[in-house]
Amino acid sequence: MTIVASAAAGAVEHLDRGPLTMDELAAVIARDIPRGSYVNLGIGQPTKIADHLPADAGVVLHTENGMLNMGPAATGDQVDPDLTNAGKVPVTELPGAAYFHHADSFAMMRGGHLDVCVLGAFQVSATGDLANWHTGRPDDIPAVGGAMDLAIGAKNVYVMMTLFTRTGEPKLVPSCSYPLTGVRCVGRVYTDHATFDTTPDGMRIRETWGSTAADLAARLDGAAAATQSRR
Amino acid sequence: MTALLHDTCDQAVAGIQDGSTVLVGGFGFAGMPFDLIDALIRQGAKDLTIVSNNAGNGEVGLAALLKAGRVRKVVCSFPRQADSYVFDELYRAGRIALEVVPQGNLAERMRAAGAGIGAFFCPTAVGTPLAEGKEARTIDGRDYVLEYPIKGDYALVSAHRADPMGNLVYRKTARNFGPVMATAATTTIVQVNEVVALGELDPEAVVTPSIYVDRIVRVQARNYTVQGAR
Repeated sequence: MTIVASAAAGAVEHLDRGPLTMDELAAVIARDIPRGSYVNLGIGQPTKIADHLPADAGVVLHTENGMLNMGPAATGDQVDPDLTNAGKVPVTELPGAAYFHHADSFAMMRGGHLDVCVLGAFQVSATGDLANWHTGRPDDIPAVGGAMDLAIGAKNVYVMMTLFTRTGEPKLVPSCSYPLTGVRCVGRVYTDHATFDTTPDGMRIRETWGSTAADLAARLDGAAAATQSRR
Repeated sequence: MTALLHDTCDQAVAGIQDGSTVLVGGFGFAGMPFDLIDALIRQGAKDLTIVSNNAGNGEVGLAALLKAGRVRKVVCSFPRQADSYVFDELYRAGRIALEVVPQGNLAERMRAAGAGIGAFFCPTAVGTPLAEGKEARTIDGRDYVLEYPIKGDYALVSAHRADPMGNLVYRKTARNFGPVMATAATTTIVQVNEVVALGELDPEAVVTPSIYVDRIVRVQARNYTVQGAR
Protein backbone atom coordinates (compact mmCIF):
# COMPACT_ATOMS: atom_id res chain seq x y z
CA MET A 1 0.00 0.00 0.00
CA THR A 2 1.24 3.47 -0.81
CA ILE A 3 1.11 6.12 1.89
CA VAL A 4 -0.84 8.61 -0.17
CA ALA A 5 -4.09 7.54 -1.82
CA SER A 6 -4.93 8.99 -5.28
CA ALA A 7 -2.31 11.69 -4.92
CA ALA A 8 -3.65 15.00 -6.08
CA ALA A 9 -7.40 14.42 -6.19
CA GLY A 10 -9.10 17.48 -4.78
CA ALA A 11 -6.15 18.87 -2.83
CA VAL A 12 -5.91 22.64 -2.37
CA GLU A 13 -2.32 23.66 -3.20
CA HIS A 14 -0.73 26.85 -1.84
CA LEU A 15 2.31 27.18 -4.10
CA ASP A 16 3.00 30.89 -3.59
CA ARG A 17 4.71 30.25 -0.27
CA GLY A 18 6.81 27.74 1.67
CA PRO A 19 5.73 25.32 4.41
CA LEU A 20 3.79 26.61 7.42
CA THR A 21 5.44 27.67 10.65
CA MET A 22 4.15 25.80 13.73
CA ASP A 23 2.20 28.92 14.68
CA GLU A 24 0.55 29.09 11.25
CA LEU A 25 -0.21 25.39 11.50
CA ALA A 26 -1.88 25.98 14.88
CA ALA A 27 -4.07 28.60 13.20
CA VAL A 28 -5.01 26.18 10.42
CA ILE A 29 -6.09 23.56 12.98
CA ALA A 30 -8.02 26.14 15.02
CA ARG A 31 -9.89 27.13 11.84
CA ASP A 32 -11.05 23.51 11.39
CA ILE A 33 -12.30 22.89 14.93
CA PRO A 34 -16.10 23.03 14.83
CA ARG A 35 -17.82 25.70 16.89
CA GLY A 36 -19.02 24.52 20.26
CA SER A 37 -16.74 21.45 20.34
CA TYR A 38 -15.30 19.89 23.46
CA VAL A 39 -11.58 19.68 22.73
CA ASN A 40 -8.41 18.38 24.39
CA LEU A 41 -5.14 19.91 23.21
CA GLY A 42 -2.11 17.73 23.89
CA ILE A 43 1.03 18.87 25.69
CA GLY A 44 3.56 20.71 23.52
CA GLN A 45 2.80 22.20 20.10
CA PRO A 46 -0.98 21.53 20.17
CA THR A 47 -1.29 23.88 23.17
CA LYS A 48 -0.67 26.75 20.72
CA ILE A 49 -3.97 26.06 18.96
CA ALA A 50 -5.85 27.66 21.87
CA ASP A 51 -4.29 31.04 20.99
CA HIS A 52 -5.98 30.90 17.57
CA LEU A 53 -9.51 29.89 18.62
CA PRO A 54 -11.86 32.86 18.20
CA ALA A 55 -13.39 33.96 21.51
CA ASP A 56 -16.88 33.49 20.10
CA ALA A 57 -16.24 29.95 18.81
CA GLY A 58 -17.62 28.47 22.01
CA VAL A 59 -14.96 25.76 22.05
CA VAL A 60 -14.67 24.18 25.51
CA LEU A 61 -11.18 23.01 26.40
CA HIS A 62 -10.79 19.83 28.44
CA THR A 63 -7.67 19.15 30.43
CA GLU A 64 -7.24 15.57 31.56
CA ASN A 65 -6.19 16.54 35.07
CA GLY A 66 -9.83 17.31 35.72
CA MET A 67 -11.32 20.43 34.19
CA LEU A 68 -13.63 21.67 31.45
CA ASN A 69 -13.62 25.23 30.10
CA MET A 70 -10.02 25.84 30.92
CA GLY A 71 -8.85 29.40 30.22
CA PRO A 72 -5.51 30.78 29.00
CA ALA A 73 -2.21 30.47 30.86
CA ALA A 74 -2.13 32.32 34.18
CA THR A 75 0.15 35.32 34.62
CA GLY A 76 1.26 37.31 37.66
CA ASP A 77 -1.28 37.23 40.49
CA GLN A 78 -3.47 34.76 38.60
CA VAL A 79 -0.98 31.95 39.21
CA ASP A 80 -2.59 29.38 41.53
CA PRO A 81 -0.71 26.16 42.32
CA ASP A 82 -4.05 24.31 42.53
CA LEU A 83 -4.97 25.22 38.94
CA THR A 84 -2.75 23.80 36.21
CA ASN A 85 -3.12 22.18 32.81
CA ALA A 86 -1.93 18.70 31.85
CA GLY A 87 1.53 20.13 31.18
CA LYS A 88 1.50 21.39 34.82
CA VAL A 89 1.52 24.98 33.60
CA PRO A 90 -0.63 27.38 35.70
CA VAL A 91 -3.83 28.23 33.84
CA THR A 92 -7.08 30.10 34.48
CA GLU A 93 -10.74 29.11 34.56
CA LEU A 94 -13.49 30.55 32.35
CA PRO A 95 -17.11 31.10 33.41
CA GLY A 96 -18.87 27.75 33.10
CA ALA A 97 -15.78 25.77 34.11
CA ALA A 98 -16.22 22.44 35.91
CA TYR A 99 -13.81 20.36 37.97
CA PHE A 100 -13.93 16.58 38.33
CA HIS A 101 -11.68 13.76 39.45
CA HIS A 102 -9.34 11.76 37.25
CA ALA A 103 -11.57 8.71 36.72
CA ASP A 104 -14.39 10.99 35.50
CA SER A 105 -11.98 12.94 33.34
CA PHE A 106 -10.86 9.81 31.50
CA ALA A 107 -14.38 8.35 31.43
CA MET A 108 -15.55 11.37 29.43
CA MET A 109 -12.64 10.77 27.06
CA ARG A 110 -12.93 6.99 26.74
CA GLY A 111 -16.72 7.17 26.69
CA GLY A 112 -16.69 9.12 23.43
CA HIS A 113 -17.90 12.44 24.81
CA LEU A 114 -14.90 14.49 23.70
CA ASP A 115 -15.30 15.81 20.14
CA VAL A 116 -11.67 16.42 19.19
CA CYS A 117 -8.21 15.86 20.58
CA VAL A 118 -5.03 17.11 18.97
CA LEU A 119 -1.83 15.22 19.75
CA GLY A 120 1.79 15.51 18.76
CA ALA A 121 3.46 12.50 17.15
CA PHE A 122 6.78 10.85 16.38
CA GLN A 123 5.15 8.90 13.55
CA VAL A 124 1.74 8.21 12.00
CA SER A 125 1.18 5.24 9.72
CA ALA A 126 -0.74 5.22 6.45
CA THR A 127 -3.56 3.41 8.27
CA GLY A 128 -3.75 5.95 11.11
CA ASP A 129 -1.64 4.16 13.73
CA LEU A 130 -0.09 6.63 16.15
CA ALA A 131 3.35 6.53 17.82
CA ASN A 132 3.97 9.39 20.22
CA TRP A 133 4.92 8.11 23.68
CA HIS A 134 8.21 6.23 23.58
CA THR A 135 11.22 6.17 21.29
CA GLY A 136 11.83 2.54 22.26
CA ARG A 137 15.51 3.28 22.93
CA PRO A 138 16.74 1.12 25.81
CA ASP A 139 18.06 4.12 27.76
CA ASP A 140 14.79 6.04 27.39
CA ILE A 141 12.43 6.05 30.38
CA PRO A 142 8.95 5.26 29.06
CA ALA A 143 6.22 7.76 30.01
CA VAL A 144 2.76 7.45 28.51
CA GLY A 145 0.63 9.90 30.48
CA GLY A 146 -2.84 10.20 28.97
CA ALA A 147 -1.77 9.70 25.35
CA MET A 148 -3.14 6.15 24.91
CA ASP A 149 -6.46 7.05 26.52
CA LEU A 150 -6.83 10.16 24.32
CA ALA A 151 -5.84 8.29 21.17
CA ILE A 152 -8.67 5.79 21.46
CA GLY A 153 -11.13 7.99 23.29
CA ALA A 154 -11.86 11.20 21.43
CA LYS A 155 -14.37 11.06 18.55
CA ASN A 156 -11.84 12.76 16.24
CA VAL A 157 -8.11 12.38 16.79
CA TYR A 158 -5.97 14.93 14.96
CA VAL A 159 -2.19 14.88 14.88
CA MET A 160 -0.09 18.04 14.71
CA MET A 161 3.54 17.51 13.68
CA THR A 162 6.23 18.45 11.21
CA LEU A 163 6.04 16.15 8.18
CA PHE A 164 9.78 15.44 8.24
CA THR A 165 12.33 14.90 10.99
CA ARG A 166 15.27 17.28 11.35
CA THR A 167 17.27 14.87 9.22
CA GLY A 168 14.60 14.75 6.51
CA GLU A 169 12.90 11.40 7.12
CA PRO A 170 9.11 11.41 6.75
CA LYS A 171 7.07 10.96 9.91
CA LEU A 172 4.15 9.70 7.82
CA VAL A 173 5.22 6.11 7.19
CA PRO A 174 3.86 2.79 5.88
CA SER A 175 4.03 1.38 9.43
CA CYS A 176 5.42 2.92 12.60
CA SER A 177 8.87 1.84 13.74
CA TYR A 178 8.36 3.43 17.18
CA PRO A 179 6.18 1.67 19.79
CA LEU A 180 2.49 2.36 19.15
CA THR A 181 0.21 4.60 21.18
CA GLY A 182 -2.95 3.46 19.40
CA VAL A 183 -4.03 1.44 16.39
CA ARG A 184 -6.00 3.04 13.50
CA CYS A 185 -6.96 5.94 15.70
CA VAL A 186 -5.77 9.04 13.81
CA GLY A 187 -8.39 10.65 11.57
CA ARG A 188 -6.44 13.63 10.32
CA VAL A 189 -2.79 14.67 10.21
CA TYR A 190 -1.82 18.33 10.18
CA THR A 191 1.74 19.08 9.12
CA ASP A 192 3.76 22.05 7.95
CA HIS A 193 3.75 20.78 4.35
CA ALA A 194 0.24 19.36 4.04
CA THR A 195 -2.84 18.09 5.82
CA PHE A 196 -4.02 14.53 5.33
CA ASP A 197 -7.23 12.58 6.00
CA THR A 198 -7.03 8.89 6.85
CA THR A 199 -9.00 6.79 4.36
CA PRO A 200 -9.25 3.02 3.87
CA ASP A 201 -6.86 3.40 0.89
CA GLY A 202 -4.23 5.47 2.68
CA MET A 203 -3.81 9.16 3.38
CA ARG A 204 -5.71 11.63 1.21
CA ILE A 205 -4.03 15.03 0.85
CA ARG A 206 -6.43 17.89 1.69
CA GLU A 207 -4.21 20.94 1.42
CA THR A 208 -0.53 21.64 0.73
CA TRP A 209 1.87 24.53 1.40
CA GLY A 210 5.00 25.03 -0.68
CA SER A 211 4.76 21.95 -2.90
CA THR A 212 2.23 20.14 -5.06
CA ALA A 213 0.33 17.16 -3.72
CA ALA A 214 1.86 15.00 -6.43
CA ASP A 215 5.41 16.01 -5.45
CA LEU A 216 4.72 15.37 -1.77
CA ALA A 217 3.15 11.98 -2.49
CA ALA A 218 6.17 11.02 -4.57
CA ARG A 219 8.55 12.15 -1.82
CA LEU A 220 6.68 10.21 0.91
CA ASP A 221 6.24 7.05 -1.11
CA GLY A 222 9.76 7.29 -2.50
CA ALA A 223 11.22 7.49 1.01
CA ALA A 224 9.07 4.54 2.08
CA ALA A 225 10.25 2.47 -0.90
CA ALA A 226 13.89 3.36 -0.16
CA THR A 227 13.43 2.28 3.48
CA GLN A 228 11.84 -0.97 2.31
CA SER A 229 14.70 -1.78 -0.04
CA ARG A 230 17.27 -1.17 2.73
CA ARG A 231 15.56 -3.73 4.98
CA MET B 1 -16.25 4.14 61.44
CA THR B 2 -16.07 7.87 61.00
CA ALA B 3 -12.71 9.52 60.54
CA LEU B 4 -10.35 10.34 63.37
CA LEU B 5 -8.98 13.83 63.50
CA HIS B 6 -5.26 13.76 64.30
CA ASP B 7 -3.19 16.61 65.69
CA THR B 8 -0.04 15.92 63.71
CA CYS B 9 0.95 14.30 60.44
CA ASP B 10 3.27 11.99 62.39
CA GLN B 11 0.25 10.57 64.23
CA ALA B 12 -1.72 10.37 61.00
CA VAL B 13 0.85 8.15 59.23
CA ALA B 14 1.58 5.92 62.23
CA GLY B 15 1.50 2.20 61.52
CA ILE B 16 2.37 2.20 57.82
CA GLN B 17 4.35 -1.03 57.50
CA ASP B 18 7.35 -1.88 55.36
CA GLY B 19 6.27 -3.28 52.01
CA SER B 20 2.94 -1.43 51.91
CA THR B 21 1.30 -0.24 48.73
CA VAL B 22 0.66 3.48 49.15
CA LEU B 23 -1.53 5.50 46.78
CA VAL B 24 -0.22 9.07 46.67
CA GLY B 25 -2.47 11.80 45.30
CA GLY B 26 -1.42 14.72 43.16
CA PHE B 27 -0.71 15.64 39.58
CA GLY B 28 2.76 17.08 39.78
CA PHE B 29 2.59 19.45 42.74
CA ALA B 30 -1.17 20.13 42.52
CA GLY B 31 -2.88 18.00 45.17
CA MET B 32 0.33 16.36 46.37
CA PRO B 33 0.11 15.57 50.11
CA PHE B 34 3.50 17.10 50.92
CA ASP B 35 3.09 17.12 54.70
CA LEU B 36 1.96 13.49 54.91
CA ILE B 37 4.87 12.41 52.70
CA ASP B 38 7.33 14.31 54.90
CA ALA B 39 5.83 12.52 57.91
CA LEU B 40 6.12 9.17 56.12
CA ILE B 41 9.81 9.86 55.54
CA ARG B 42 10.25 10.52 59.28
CA GLN B 43 8.15 7.43 60.10
CA GLY B 44 10.62 5.26 58.19
CA ALA B 45 8.53 2.65 56.36
CA LYS B 46 10.52 1.15 53.50
CA ASP B 47 10.19 -1.21 50.50
CA LEU B 48 7.08 0.72 49.57
CA THR B 49 5.17 0.41 46.31
CA ILE B 50 3.99 3.89 45.38
CA VAL B 51 1.05 4.43 43.04
CA SER B 52 0.91 8.00 41.79
CA ASN B 53 0.58 9.84 38.50
CA ASN B 54 4.20 10.99 38.46
CA ALA B 55 7.44 9.80 40.01
CA GLY B 56 8.32 12.99 41.83
CA ASN B 57 9.42 16.48 40.90
CA GLY B 58 12.45 18.31 42.17
CA GLU B 59 13.49 17.05 45.60
CA VAL B 60 10.29 17.61 47.57
CA GLY B 61 7.22 15.47 48.22
CA LEU B 62 7.33 12.15 46.40
CA ALA B 63 10.82 12.87 45.06
CA ALA B 64 12.07 13.27 48.65
CA LEU B 65 10.57 9.88 49.59
CA LEU B 66 12.33 8.31 46.61
CA LYS B 67 15.57 10.05 47.47
CA ALA B 68 15.35 8.68 51.02
CA GLY B 69 15.47 5.19 49.50
CA ARG B 70 12.09 4.02 50.79
CA VAL B 71 10.50 3.04 47.52
CA ARG B 72 10.87 -0.35 45.85
CA LYS B 73 8.50 0.24 42.95
CA VAL B 74 6.61 3.07 41.32
CA VAL B 75 3.35 2.51 39.45
CA CYS B 76 2.63 5.66 37.46
CA SER B 77 1.67 7.08 34.08
CA PHE B 78 4.33 9.73 33.58
CA PRO B 79 7.65 9.31 35.39
CA ARG B 80 9.89 11.26 33.05
CA GLN B 81 9.67 15.03 33.34
CA ALA B 82 12.00 17.99 33.17
CA ASP B 83 12.53 17.87 36.95
CA SER B 84 12.23 14.13 37.70
CA TYR B 85 15.97 13.68 38.10
CA VAL B 86 15.72 11.84 41.44
CA PHE B 87 13.61 9.08 39.90
CA ASP B 88 15.63 9.08 36.67
CA GLU B 89 18.89 8.39 38.53
CA LEU B 90 17.38 5.61 40.69
CA TYR B 91 15.77 4.00 37.64
CA ARG B 92 18.91 4.12 35.50
CA ALA B 93 20.89 2.66 38.40
CA GLY B 94 18.43 -0.23 38.60
CA ARG B 95 17.47 0.69 42.15
CA ILE B 96 13.75 1.16 41.56
CA ALA B 97 11.13 -0.78 39.60
CA LEU B 98 8.68 0.94 37.27
CA GLU B 99 5.26 -0.07 35.98
CA VAL B 100 3.97 2.41 33.41
CA VAL B 101 0.17 2.54 33.25
CA PRO B 102 -1.88 4.77 30.93
CA GLN B 103 -3.25 7.62 33.02
CA GLY B 104 -6.92 6.74 32.54
CA ASN B 105 -6.24 3.09 33.37
CA LEU B 106 -4.43 4.14 36.51
CA ALA B 107 -7.51 6.06 37.63
CA GLU B 108 -10.02 3.45 36.51
CA ARG B 109 -8.10 0.55 38.06
CA MET B 110 -8.21 2.34 41.41
CA ARG B 111 -11.87 3.23 40.86
CA ALA B 112 -12.54 -0.48 40.25
CA ALA B 113 -10.72 -1.40 43.46
CA GLY B 114 -12.84 1.05 45.42
CA ALA B 115 -16.06 -0.07 43.76
CA GLY B 116 -15.61 -3.82 44.19
CA ILE B 117 -15.09 -4.54 40.48
CA GLY B 118 -13.00 -7.68 39.88
CA ALA B 119 -11.58 -6.52 36.52
CA PHE B 120 -12.79 -4.63 33.46
CA PHE B 121 -12.32 -4.67 29.70
CA CYS B 122 -10.78 -1.42 28.50
CA PRO B 123 -10.00 -0.24 24.94
CA THR B 124 -6.96 1.81 25.99
CA ALA B 125 -3.57 0.48 24.86
CA VAL B 126 -4.97 -2.22 22.54
CA GLY B 127 -2.26 -3.12 20.04
CA THR B 128 0.50 -1.38 22.00
CA PRO B 129 3.37 -2.74 24.12
CA LEU B 130 1.39 -1.91 27.28
CA ALA B 131 -1.27 -4.48 26.35
CA GLU B 132 1.19 -7.32 25.77
CA GLY B 133 0.35 -10.45 27.73
CA LYS B 134 -3.07 -9.18 28.76
CA GLU B 135 -6.29 -11.07 28.15
CA ALA B 136 -8.10 -9.61 25.13
CA ARG B 137 -11.70 -9.70 24.00
CA THR B 138 -13.71 -8.28 21.11
CA ILE B 139 -17.07 -6.91 22.22
CA ASP B 140 -19.52 -5.54 19.61
CA GLY B 141 -16.65 -5.35 17.12
CA ARG B 142 -14.31 -3.37 19.34
CA ASP B 143 -11.12 -4.74 20.92
CA TYR B 144 -10.47 -4.53 24.65
CA VAL B 145 -7.90 -5.75 27.15
CA LEU B 146 -8.59 -6.94 30.67
CA GLU B 147 -7.41 -4.59 33.40
CA TYR B 148 -7.26 -5.48 37.08
CA PRO B 149 -7.91 -3.22 40.08
CA ILE B 150 -5.12 -1.44 41.94
CA LYS B 151 -5.80 -1.54 45.64
CA GLY B 152 -3.77 0.34 48.22
CA ASP B 153 -2.99 -0.50 51.80
CA TYR B 154 -2.90 3.23 52.39
CA ALA B 155 -3.86 6.36 50.47
CA LEU B 156 -2.24 9.71 51.18
CA VAL B 157 -4.49 12.45 49.86
CA SER B 158 -4.55 16.24 50.02
CA ALA B 159 -7.98 17.93 50.15
CA HIS B 160 -8.99 21.52 50.74
CA ARG B 161 -11.55 21.28 53.51
CA ALA B 162 -13.02 18.58 55.77
CA ASP B 163 -15.65 18.36 58.44
CA PRO B 164 -14.99 16.33 61.59
CA MET B 165 -16.68 13.26 60.09
CA GLY B 166 -14.25 13.22 57.17
CA ASN B 167 -16.42 14.62 54.38
CA LEU B 168 -14.12 16.33 51.89
CA VAL B 169 -14.11 19.06 49.30
CA TYR B 170 -11.14 19.78 47.05
CA ARG B 171 -9.90 22.85 45.26
CA LYS B 172 -9.69 23.25 41.46
CA THR B 173 -7.41 20.79 39.61
CA ALA B 174 -5.81 19.74 42.91
CA ARG B 175 -8.74 17.31 43.14
CA ASN B 176 -7.29 15.02 40.44
CA PHE B 177 -6.64 11.52 41.86
CA GLY B 178 -7.73 12.27 45.45
CA PRO B 179 -11.37 11.14 45.34
CA VAL B 180 -10.51 7.91 43.50
CA MET B 181 -7.57 7.01 45.75
CA ALA B 182 -9.67 7.70 48.85
CA THR B 183 -12.00 4.87 47.79
CA ALA B 184 -9.27 2.41 46.83
CA ALA B 185 -7.22 2.02 50.03
CA THR B 186 -7.78 0.07 53.22
CA THR B 187 -6.77 3.15 55.22
CA THR B 188 -7.20 6.62 53.73
CA ILE B 189 -5.22 9.43 55.33
CA VAL B 190 -6.08 12.99 54.31
CA GLN B 191 -4.34 16.29 54.92
CA VAL B 192 -6.58 19.34 54.67
CA ASN B 193 -6.07 23.07 54.85
CA GLU B 194 -9.17 23.62 56.92
CA VAL B 195 -11.49 21.66 59.22
CA VAL B 196 -14.94 23.21 59.50
CA ALA B 197 -17.67 22.50 62.06
CA LEU B 198 -20.11 19.69 61.44
CA GLY B 199 -22.94 20.95 59.23
CA GLU B 200 -20.87 23.65 57.59
CA LEU B 201 -20.09 21.68 54.42
CA ASP B 202 -22.94 21.80 51.92
CA PRO B 203 -23.98 18.13 51.66
CA GLU B 204 -24.76 18.71 47.96
CA ALA B 205 -21.17 19.78 47.37
CA VAL B 206 -19.31 17.03 49.25
CA VAL B 207 -16.92 15.35 46.79
CA THR B 208 -15.56 12.53 48.98
CA PRO B 209 -18.16 11.26 51.48
CA SER B 210 -16.83 10.48 54.96
CA ILE B 211 -17.21 6.71 54.59
CA TYR B 212 -13.99 6.63 52.54
CA VAL B 213 -11.88 8.63 54.99
CA ASP B 214 -10.10 7.16 58.01
CA ARG B 215 -7.72 9.81 59.29
CA ILE B 216 -7.64 13.58 58.88
CA VAL B 217 -4.96 16.08 59.81
CA ARG B 218 -5.02 19.83 59.34
CA VAL B 219 -1.87 21.34 57.86
CA GLN B 220 -0.66 24.89 57.49
CA ALA B 221 -1.11 26.49 54.10
CA ARG B 222 2.01 25.73 52.15
CA ASN B 223 4.09 28.22 50.30
CA TYR B 224 4.02 26.32 47.03
CA THR B 225 6.53 26.66 44.32
CA VAL B 226 5.37 26.64 40.74
CA GLN B 227 6.29 23.45 38.93
CA GLY B 228 9.60 23.55 37.15
CA ALA B 229 11.00 26.31 39.36
CA ARG B 230 13.32 24.55 41.76
